[in-house]
Amino acid sequence: MTEHTVRSFSADLEELSVDLARMGGLAEDMLSDAIQAIATRDSALADTVVARDPQIDALQVEAEKKILRLLALRQPLARDLRQTISALKIAAELERIGDLAKNIAKRAKVLDTVEPVGALKGVARMGRLVTAQLKRVLDAYSALETDAANKVWNRDEEVDEHYQSLFRELLTYMMEDPRTISGCAHLLFVAKNLERIGDHCTNIAEEVHFLVTGEQLPTERPKVDALNSN
Amino acid sequence: MVMSRMEPITQLRMGEAVVTAVKPPHNEPKVRAKAVSVFYGDKQALFDVSLDMPEKAVTALIGPSGCGKSTFLRCMNRMNDTIEGCRVVGEIEIDGEDINQKSIDPVLLRARVGMVFQKPNPFPKTIFDNVAYGARIHGLASSKKEMEEIVEKSLERAGLWNEVKDRLHAPGTSLSGGQQQRLVIARAIAVSPEIILMDEPCSALDPIATAKIEELIDELRSNYCIVIVTHSMAQAARVSQHTAFFHLGKLIETGQTEMIFTNPRDPRTQDYITGRFG
Repeated sequence: MTEHTVRSFSADLEELSVDLARMGGLAEDMLSDAIQAIATRDSALADTVVARDPQIDALQVEAEKKILRLLALRQPLARDLRQTISALKIAAELERIGDLAKNIAKRAKVLDTVEPVGALKGVARMGRLVTAQLKRVLDAYSALETDAANKVWNRDEEVDEHYQSLFRELLTYMMEDPRTISGCAHLLFVAKNLERIGDHCTNIAEEVHFLVTGEQLPTERPKVDALNSN
Repeated sequence: MVMSRMEPITQLRMGEAVVTAVKPPHNEPKVRAKAVSVFYGDKQALFDVSLDMPEKAVTALIGPSGCGKSTFLRCMNRMNDTIEGCRVVGEIEIDGEDINQKSIDPVLLRARVGMVFQKPNPFPKTIFDNVAYGARIHGLASSKKEMEEIVEKSLERAGLWNEVKDRLHAPGTSLSGGQQQRLVIARAIAVSPEIILMDEPCSALDPIATAKIEELIDELRSNYCIVIVTHSMAQAARVSQHTAFFHLGKLIETGQTEMIFTNPRDPRTQDYITGRFG
């Protein structure tokens, strides 16, 4: 898009984009480090993830201040308005992703203290898929590409399938050997957190689509329903 | 059920009862411009503009200076007739009847289509006479009492009655800018128009007076077709339900106000409303 006639307006929008990009980068790093901490039983790495969470929270607060200011002082319209509102929603999604990554990291520390569970590999695989989804949707946001965003939106079905399969696998472990219940229960939570991160990625994809086209994606995306697939 | 054709404007004569409001055919807009072009001598100011303006709603005309929006507004009550060398081509239909026909009396037309200008222009008369003047000319009151009722009702509807009821015989020019503008609106309403045209009615007013006029527009739209030209996009966004964007004499885009300001289709509209005039 061409520059705003009042250049400070363009500068304000640009600054907001930079803040969001920083949040995205932080969320991506936290997530991949949290998965790594689970897979390699690395408590020290887990600690660094937990320590980074306040940064992403602070960035969200800063972004919201800027957005409020933009709305009040600039009265953005059309695409500028959609960009501002999308930034507000995406910042909230990224902050939640940061929280979920932090929770995964906390579980990593607990898992360190119990016997390793065979399902760790499956969790790590799901983690890598979700990490890739997050990267793809953030790239789509940065490039304002709806095709790429739509692909992430559609691919969430795969994330749900991973979750279903892990769920069943973990149940099997727990039924076979009650000593694994503690570890498996934590891994269930980790899998659930990953599945939630996947959902947040589709929300971001929807925002990208709205920002670019001014239209909403359909409310129902392809879903695999846990309660019906046993 | 087939709607019968309405009473054509030519049959309404001066001195007869009231200029009656005529309902447009079912689902038709109150005002319809068809391929309207306007020339000032050799210079063409409007190019082939077609636009519907619905009744009981506000249509805003926006666009940069010189884009033709005021020229277009003036077509709707044939004010362009008063400009030397100005030629209007195309049709402007009110209730399905083209007002550019030679048989149409422009004076009667201007009772049906009231106009409010940027600079309030009360007559050099009392507040009462400002409002009564048009009603007198069109023979709308058959007694002093009736006239007083017309004046009171018009001033009330214009949101001015309480402020002036104790000084109706003070000069219209003794009022503040915002009050004068409301007086002018009362004057327009007094002859029971069906359409009210407003050419930047708030440009000369402070924010409080502006807010009062906008509130008035909100109330008036339940009874009138209102077309407003405004430089302020924020105002267009606040008061109108339909917006038309003009640029270099052409109508670029028209639509529901909400859509124009959140997701316009044409890049030129987007550029204008987001301030990318480049």
